[in-house]
Amino acid sequence: MKIVVCIKQVPDTKGGVKFNPDGTLDRGAMLAIMNPDDKAGLEAALRLKDQYGAEVTVLTMGLPKAADVLREAIAMGADKGILVTDRVLGGADTWATSTTIAGALRNIDYDLIITGRQAIDGDTAQVGPQIAEHLGIPVISYAQDIKVEGDKVIVQRQYDDRYHVLEAKMPCLITALSELNEPRYMTPGGIFDACAAEITTWGRADLKDVDDSNLGLAGSPTKIAKASDKVRKGAGEKVVPESTEDAVAYIVGKFKEKHII
Amino acid sequence: MVTNNIEEYKGVYVFAQQVDNEVSGIALELLGKGKELAAKLETEVTAVLIGYNVRNLADKLAEYGADKVILVDDPELEVYRTEPYAHALSSVINKYKPEIVLVGATAIGRDLGPTVSARVATGLTADCTVLEIGDFPLVAVPGQEQKHNQLLMTRPAFGGNTIATIACPNNRPQMATVRPGVMQKIEPIAGAKAVVEEYNPGFTPNNKYVTIKEVVKAVSDTVDIMDAKVLVSGGRGVGSAENFKILEDLAEVMGGTVSCSRAVVDSGWKPKDLQVGQTGKTVRPQIYFAIGISGAIQHVAGMEESDIIVAINKDEDAPIFDVADYGIVGDLNKVVPALTASLKAEKAAKIK
Repeated sequence: MKIVVCIKQVPDTKGGVKFNPDGTLDRGAMLAIMNPDDKAGLEAALRLKDQYGAEVTVLTMGLPKAADVLREAIAMGADKGILVTDRVLGGADTWATSTTIAGALRNIDYDLIITGRQAIDGDTAQVGPQIAEHLGIPVISYAQDIKVEGDKVIVQRQYDDRYHVLEAKMPCLITALSELNEPRYMTPGGIFDACAAEITTWGRADLKDVDDSNLGLAGSPTKIAKASDKVRKGAGEKVVPESTEDAVAYIVGKFKEKHII
Repeated sequence: MVTNNIEEYKGVYVFAQQVDNEVSGIALELLGKGKELAAKLETEVTAVLIGYNVRNLADKLAEYGADKVILVDDPELEVYRTEPYAHALSSVINKYKPEIVLVGATAIGRDLGPTVSARVATGLTADCTVLEIGDFPLVAVPGQEQKHNQLLMTRPAFGGNTIATIACPNNRPQMATVRPGVMQKIEPIAGAKAVVEEYNPGFTPNNKYVTIKEVVKAVSDTVDIMDAKVLVSGGRGVGSAENFKILEDLAEVMGGTVSCSRAVVDSGWKPKDLQVGQTGKTVRPQIYFAIGISGAIQHVAGMEESDIIVAINKDEDAPIFDVADYGIVGDLNKVVPALTASLKAEKAAKIK
């Protein structure tokens, strides 16, 4: 079985967020990690590899330094890494990103593609389903459990108040939830492999069946009109009561003032 | 990107999500917002109702503002699956050519929206919290055409650290998924009857149709936290599933409901449908108690629109105090039961 896991290097949103003058992200200026949902997707792929035997390829699109997350994935147990990077791909929205990744995937044999449900920078959850759409394969989003039976996958697909057990014939694409598993750590041997591993690097010319007009900032149908730090509602009052009675009297007093009680 | 003839596209369309033959709250919220946008554009709002044997839901959509209902009714559409639903909605878009399509940012809409937007080759903005009609660019730029009457879609990003306003100036329809609990429903128009137009694009199963082997519903007898006027929400600081009893007692005396943070769901103390926050639900009750909740940005993103926020936390530096109207630094195990007792006494005194 051949599995491709699409992963993204994302800024750690716990740190500060920085912008370029055109409103797009200044990714170069922020701390970078492997996106958590993608890491769960990778772990799911590695478990399928442990269980059934599989070749796991990790693919990312980003700046050259995004090769770091490919090496991290190889250190965890992935077999090879592909970096898609090119100046003309920068500033892409989800349409242009999914078009690019689909163009790269058309060069590869796969039975199963796994992506994270969403990345912690954009939080859109759009790229996975859009890749499937471009490739003409079924998508199962929000996977909380993945099994393989012959040429089929059996997936628990999460909804708000239920889950569906879905069966799809491969090839198909699954988007993984962080709840799926607890990703493993890199192993010393894996780190050694990762250092030695050759990362395949693809540029615009390596994308298959993709029109220039669908790539990068210019090929993105959505345009940023404005981006800014969020203006939050200011803090109200904070009290440190001396006793429980004082605390209760304070809240009850406020509720009376506001005619809540 | 191939651009289409924008002038041909008219009207505001809302995906009227239904599950088990019941209209989802988000569909009614989107109709409320859609009506407002349609008024600005001097056009109509149309609900797209997709399912099997769901015609009976059309009048409810009319009561909540739909000028027209397009009904796609087919046995293949009985339970949500990406492919037949994506085929239904994209066929409606290709036939009727709406200028705006709104979809709820639910576990269904966040799957359907991206699939459909890729199929009809347009942009999609995820998880919007504000929708307005305006100019793009916002301010005229020399040498660049400023387009009017554009859908301006505002959304949080970076875990709520930033907000961005996005337009889709050269492609139609302009598509957005919208977070549940953010837009307002209109007061229902009693007795409104829908103008229903039925359309069936034909459903032929192909490789993209997956098989549903089983539907497993979470057993929950609680009210939807998005409808609650008062929420008593607990976090990791509550300490255990059992200790939620003190929150339930407070909720009872306040006429409210218990909700929780992600940490609580991850610990298995409460089910996922009670979770407030970015990966849970967005709530805006009249009163929100944040008890033993530190106030991670992802949690705050789901509750900061509440009218009054009361925080109780023993950590004086907890970020929840930055958004609380009334913050009490103290031991929740003492303050909460005492508050419940005091409110009970106030209530009893009032009845006398």
